Amino acid sequence: MFVAFFLALRAAGIKTSLREFLLLQEAMRADLADYDIDTFYYLARATLVKDERFLDKFDKVFAESFKGILQPKPAAPNGVEPQAIPDEWLKKLAEKHLTEEEKAQIAALGGFEALMETLRQRLAEQKGRHQGGSKWIGTAGTSPFGAHGYNPEGVRIGQDTGRNRSAVKVWDQRTFRNLAGDAELGTRNMKVALRRLRRFAREGAAEELDLAGTIGSTARNAGYLDIKMVPERHNAVKLLLLLDIGGSMDDHVTICEQLFTAAKGEFKHLVHLYFHNCPYERLWKDARFRSADAIATQDVLNTYDHSWKLIFVGDAAMSPYELIQPGGGISSWNAESGETWLMRLLNHFPKAVWINPVSEQHWSYTQTTKIIRDRIENRMYGLTLEGLDAAMHRLMH
Amino acid sequence: MTRFEGTASFVATDDLKVAVNAAVTLQRPLLIKGEPGTGKTVLAQEIATALNKPLISWHVKSTTKAQQGLYEYDAVSRLRDSQLGDARVHDIGNYIIRGKLWDAFEAEDAPVLLIDEIDKADIEFPNDLLLELDRMEFFVYETRQTIKAKQRPIIIITSNNEKELPDAFLRRCFFHYIKFPDRETMERIVEVHYPGIKNLLLREALTAFYELREIPGLKKRPSTSEFLDWLKLLLAEDIGPELLREKSAGKLIPPLHGALLKNEQDVHLFERLAFMSRRGQN
Repeated sequence: MFVAFFLALRAAGIKTSLREFLLLQEAMRADLADYDIDTFYYLARATLVKDERFLDKFDKVFAESFKGILQPKPAAPNGVEPQAIPDEWLKKLAEKHLTEEEKAQIAALGGFEALMETLRQRLAEQKGRHQGGSKWIGTAGTSPFGAHGYNPEGVRIGQDTGRNRSAVKVWDQRTFRNLAGDAELGTRNMKVALRRLRRFAREGAAEELDLAGTIGSTARNAGYLDIKMVPERHNAVKLLLLLDIGGSMDDHVTICEQLFTAAKGEFKHLVHLYFHNCPYERLWKDARFRSADAIATQDVLNTYDHSWKLIFVGDAAMSPYELIQPGGGISSWNAESGETWLMRLLNHFPKAVWINPVSEQHWSYTQTTKIIRDRIENRMYGLTLEGLDAAMHRLMH
Repeated sequence: MTRFEGTASFVATDDLKVAVNAAVTLQRPLLIKGEPGTGKTVLAQEIATALNKPLISWHVKSTTKAQQGLYEYDAVSRLRDSQLGDARVHDIGNYIIRGKLWDAFEAEDAPVLLIDEIDKADIEFPNDLLLELDRMEFFVYETRQTIKAKQRPIIIITSNNEKELPDAFLRRCFFHYIKFPDRETMERIVEVHYPGIKNLLLREALTAFYELREIPGLKKRPSTSEFLDWLKLLLAEDIGPELLREKSAGKLIPPLHGALLKNEQDVHLFERLAFMSRRGQN
């Protein structure tokens, strides 16, 4: 029973096991599903999914697998499926309705969500002036807001009929979309991903009582106390973070800041240095690139040994000259090419990854991204939860 | 077996009820995750109340070892007693200290066992409990006895996602993610905690609260429990709905915001936004 559904879940990449599938069968035999599709959905979710990152995928597979047996979803009044409108399209719409100045202001306020809110107000205003607005604004424009949970009073149309919690709604809402692993992430999620990079070790001065050791040696000592001490346990992973700042990286400042905050809270041995586009003979301790803060890359190589793990954070997008030509750097004259320095760093630190905030499907369009990816032997990962997870996994093995 | 349907003081959503009942009926542990302050820990108490069972809570800390949940052998006391010539020293059983799991296994009426914040402990902690939670029995080496659960306790495990839990452990549990309540559910939650609260005040407070949560860039978004605290303060200070609404006309910071924002960076962010919106109006 439901084997096809189980296989579809596994095909979608949800790590569910036979054991859990059998548990679901057991639960149904115990009448827990109540012959009710909603209850069955909740039960299957509680049994088969063990990680909130997969809840969204689960909703999708569930909708796909049980499409035939469910009553059709009530269509939106204008015939446009609210969910069918992609976010990209909404973003475009937003751009159409805002001036450059407003866009800059909104970016300063915190990006897309705030943007959507302003857009909503815009559309509401426009509707008033134009007696209901032009067709595409009034219908397709506002209903997605309802569907996306902005719940603007008076603007929400076409969605209210769906609020009677019909069976389809629950998973079609895809309320867990924000938790999906390939979505972009916040500091907290990043910390969780970075925690993979843990290797506890007892190093340094012995300052903790080793109870088991003390008892053992006391017993061997015929009952006379023989106290043993051990050093405290802590995370022994050492991390060197090289961050690309400025230029094309400006679009990714927020997410890189978040990554940095997460990393700073997580590692005792963390050194971070900045570069612009490509590392050359100098790196900077401060993102303002003042010469007083500069440190020679050769010194970095001499100071930190190969036990340090190296993480580049950058979009790897630059003019090819900056990478392969001596003197190609944009900020100062470099006697050796960026590629030479990159290879030096990579040879010195065998455990290295490159984390790229640009989404993966765009990598192949930039020549330098391809070159760097090739040089770093495919250890380039996207700045998503999945990417970070894979990168940390790679650093540990 | 009685079913869990929420209690007079706890609002359970349908999906939560299904998960709890599945765990109770099939006697498997239930793993609860969710944002802090969404009632993960309270849930165990409420299940115990609803099913009329005793509650045993085991609060896990970073130093907690799995063995401590089973039993501990107090070797130091025994050593001391032996040096002082105490007669108790001949029975090793005198120095075995029972853990929470032992208590839960030995109870006559199957209790609710809460293992709180399992992610705080060492990464190996859940693995060390696999067999014990699966078979509900363990072996005491010092006294050569096997402790077997008289009745399988209902086990509720909470996690704040600080560490990833091992797959083998997860496969043995039911899982429920408490998502942040929507407005409707929140209204029901408030009704349970402060029955008969002035409708107007509640509406304004809810609006202010959800607006606050939507602000991008907050380090810690306020949760249900913080909202309830804030409401309590509003009631205690007798702040009217007008004052809450007033903030939309320039004063962005709601009164008594200290109950909602727990981080000075967030308060700064908020003040900056308020300043900008005021400037925009002039």
